[in-house]
Amino acid sequence: MFEYAPAPESRDIVDIRPSYGLFINGEWVEPQSEARHKTVNPATEEVLAEVAWAGEADVDRAVQAAAKAFPVWSAMPGAERAKYLFRIARLIQERARELAVLETLDNGKPIRESRDVDLPLVAAHFFYYAGWADKLAYAGFGPDPRPLGVAGQVIPWNFPLLMLAWKIAPALACGNTVVLKPAETTPLTALAFADICRQADLPPGVVNIVTGAGETGAALVNHPGVDKVAFTGSTEVGRLIARSLAGTRKKLTLELGGKAANIVFEDAPLDQAVEGVVNGIFFNQGHVCCAGSRLLVQESIAADLLEALKRRLGTMRLGDPLDKNTDIGAINSAEQLAKIRELSEAGEAEGAERWSPACPIPDRGYWFPPTVFTGVAQSHRIAREEIFGPVLSVLTFRTPAEAVEKANNTPYGLSAGVWTEKGSLMLWTASRLRAGVVWSNTFNRFDPTSPFGGYKESGYGREGGRHGLEGYLAL
Amino acid sequence: MTTPLAEVASSPSTLRAFLHGLPGVDRVGADARAAMLGTRSIKTTAKKQAIDLAIGMVDLTTLEGADTPGKIRAMCAKAVRPDPADASVPPVAAVCVYPDLVATAVEALAGSGVKVASVATSFPSGRSSLEVKVAETSLAVAAGASEIDMVIDRGAFLAGDYLKVYEEIVATKHACADAHLKVILETGELATYDNVRRASWLAMIAGADFIKTSTGKVSPAATLPVTLVMLEAVRDFMAATGRKVGVKPAGGIRTTKDAIKYLVLVNETAGPDWLHADWFRLGASSLLNDLLMQRQKMATGRYAGPDYFTLD
Amino acid sequence: MSERLAVNKTYKLFIGGAFPRSESGRSYVVTSSKGDFLANAARASRKDARDAVAAARKAFPGWSRATAYNRGQILYRIAEMLEGRRAQFVAEITAMGGVGVKQAGEMVDAAVDRLVWYAGWSDKIGAVLGSANPVAGPYFNLSSPEPSGVVAVVAPQGPLLGLVSVIAPVIVTGNTCVVVACERAPLPAITLAEVLATSDLPGGVVNILTGSAAEIAPWLAGHMDVNGIDLTGADPELAVTCEELAAENLKRVLRPPAAPVNWLADPGIERMTAFLETKTVWHPIGV
Repeated sequence: MFEYAPAPESRDIVDIRPSYGLFINGEWVEPQSEARHKTVNPATEEVLAEVAWAGEADVDRAVQAAAKAFPVWSAMPGAERAKYLFRIARLIQERARELAVLETLDNGKPIRESRDVDLPLVAAHFFYYAGWADKLAYAGFGPDPRPLGVAGQVIPWNFPLLMLAWKIAPALACGNTVVLKPAETTPLTALAFADICRQADLPPGVVNIVTGAGETGAALVNHPGVDKVAFTGSTEVGRLIARSLAGTRKKLTLELGGKAANIVFEDAPLDQAVEGVVNGIFFNQGHVCCAGSRLLVQESIAADLLEALKRRLGTMRLGDPLDKNTDIGAINSAEQLAKIRELSEAGEAEGAERWSPACPIPDRGYWFPPTVFTGVAQSHRIAREEIFGPVLSVLTFRTPAEAVEKANNTPYGLSAGVWTEKGSLMLWTASRLRAGVVWSNTFNRFDPTSPFGGYKESGYGREGGRHGLEGYLAL
Repeated sequence: MTTPLAEVASSPSTLRAFLHGLPGVDRVGADARAAMLGTRSIKTTAKKQAIDLAIGMVDLTTLEGADTPGKIRAMCAKAVRPDPADASVPPVAAVCVYPDLVATAVEALAGSGVKVASVATSFPSGRSSLEVKVAETSLAVAAGASEIDMVIDRGAFLAGDYLKVYEEIVATKHACADAHLKVILETGELATYDNVRRASWLAMIAGADFIKTSTGKVSPAATLPVTLVMLEAVRDFMAATGRKVGVKPAGGIRTTKDAIKYLVLVNETAGPDWLHADWFRLGASSLLNDLLMQRQKMATGRYAGPDYFTLD
Repeated sequence: MSERLAVNKTYKLFIGGAFPRSESGRSYVVTSSKGDFLANAARASRKDARDAVAAARKAFPGWSRATAYNRGQILYRIAEMLEGRRAQFVAEITAMGGVGVKQAGEMVDAAVDRLVWYAGWSDKIGAVLGSANPVAGPYFNLSSPEPSGVVAVVAPQGPLLGLVSVIAPVIVTGNTCVVVACERAPLPAITLAEVLATSDLPGGVVNILTGSAAEIAPWLAGHMDVNGIDLTGADPELAVTCEELAAENLKRVLRPPAAPVNWLADPGIERMTAFLETKTVWHPIGV
């Protein structure tokens, strides 16, 4: 037996302060709010730091700082704004290892993913939008597109720094200023980013970071000084935001939940399809809005595919997120773990068959083994509700039309997967899927040049690519 | 002789239908999977274990026009005792030579347990008549080779004449008698991963004991993704027929880091059952010294220097 | 000899290509600006709105998958049919009062020209909004616009030009729609429906309801099988109500314009982009 010895990434590289204030107007400030919150390492439950939970007065201070910075930043030549963004991109590259470790500590995701996926994409995103800052006249939004003003941005905990990049890079490139609220369970990389803004000598107030939970977010999006709201998170909260913005002139983009179908046709490249299914649902512990959480497999190959999938899951390595060989890290919070457990129990109660590989679970921290449900019907909760965890629901289909019908039979429409070696079938299927991103013979690929966002209740607006500028410009 | 699935070779059309009915391989996906496995971090005790495992899997190879009995004897000495200064280093699995030098190698390795493999069938191009290929195989076996590394007829394969390729392998296997047959696919000339998968199955159905990537004379030689596809093939063949076939990447594997990546690939694709010299070999020459240097570094904590390792 | 008695038209709703009366049996009096009786118009109910949404949904797969060329041809055909009925529209518009024959004629001409303009967009908007994205890896990556689905439209005040200007951009890209016509000027809207019904436009692509926007629009805004809503014609209070209701299934919302719209000006592409999704398809590149 070839046992891989522990290969932990050193955490000495990160320097976490015991407590953090708010980053407003280029400075660390003490919040007026007295609420504090401890952020923990979900793999160990160890307290990492204490952060402020900003109140309305703190949010107001941040919005005012952003509003004050807006005339300066928006009037600056695009080429100069670009150079600030390029600087930020470089600083992120220089500090990539530190940021990857910090992300893994605060989020629980495997270091292999924060190192090889999150951080390279974060830097790439800033590089990409840096280049747009002085080329907006060529972007197809008129000869002199104008920024909107102050962008209030609220991001989730699944890709903390990457979501920050998706929000801040296009906003700044277009000439907006920003108040960003990171998720309450994963504030540390956003706070580290504040330090990067200082190292880049970004003008004060252009980026402001306020930490907190839902109330802080609500105060931000409802602040009358905010001209643009960008939110990534649950459909439930997205709905509340959309409702609360009714009657305002605030521009809104939403990137919300999903229940993506990953369709495997009988002529699929099977080994790669298995990898795609695994990557689709177990990447980032399934904490991915575009996760391929519903496997739709053609009945004629279902048995073979499931056998291969189970064999493959037997090789997955769950454990210490800082170990470079870990494939599945910790669930981000006790709350999320409870939700995953609740839905999994519902799956069993509704009659689906539950399977997990033999997989030792650490004693401390929040963990959930990779789980596959077979015999799932469209009516089961695990086939309809977003679980946001490492839980795959397997359904079968007989014909391409049935696959598409089942795939589209959801209020969501963020992403989908198609696996076939037949080009015409792939294009036929892709054209009928009501989803903003269709991965064929691949899954969970991201790139700053590629627009991302959903149909239906998965939200509106696009992030990435030329399309990603639209949400930050007055048309 | 009957081999599992031999009935699919009952006619050119059944063989073709079978091979073309195998699931396709998406190159980008296979490359990505191999690259991901290449990021596994094998350290400390695992690395020690991997290095000794890799040394014991090496087919120490010389396949030069300039090979002489002297060169073969020196290499054989190294095969038996890779590090003269350290008796704890295991011997390699086999040496691999041209047919006319088999007798020399057999004599040099007598009693050592290190096997003698011979290339055959008009290596490396395979461009000769079947009679010549069979005769060459028989002579090598008669000279004492216990393993034969044959090449397939890539021209016939690419022309779609799968039955010709099949029949040559069957005939060569017959000529091998008790010797193990490794079938070299020369994946660099097959060009696509779909072809690698088809050629792997073709060879296994025809009776191959091992499937091997390359002659070392064509670039690219062994790569991680090609080896991944072949490991999937032996895994699936085992599941379908119950017969276990080995895999040998050859050519271009020069560093300990490379070798460990291959071991990870085996471990997580075919599974730990294949992590043995009976089922996995590394066709290489310069790799051995790098393994020895890394081994010494792990033992002493100092980086090793090439002057302290023999060049045979 | 007495003058011949005119045969008056009964103005009904336009749903699924047919002209039903309101299921509620209700109608309301349409008068000129001077208060003269012009006709009774159907007063659509929430159930009529529901039926119209069902008709629009049924028409969506066929219309959205029709070729762009075909959709362009049909929009152009609508323009042809409208041109042919120019005199009738001028008469209906002037009968409402407040507009002379010359001005009414200009409005009808502008409506025809607007249809021709949008007809030409059908097979170009994809090229303008789509993109081939140069991702950092061996992948083909293409983004292209697709229609959002069923769109509710609260049409602006006025008889024809505004109405055509809000319907054409929604349907040319492949959406189907349910339109709440201007409450005070429903007659040209129903006559437009007659034009649509004779223009090869598949039934259900455009459905027109007459009656009270304040009564009907909230039902459309809250309808879970409607994907977008254009609130151009909604008054501020109604717009807020509808936008709040639209949040329930995250409809795409086109808010009322901040300033009065000059319908004769170049409309830009925003009315099309408001109800377009971007789909991005990835595929590996390899042998």
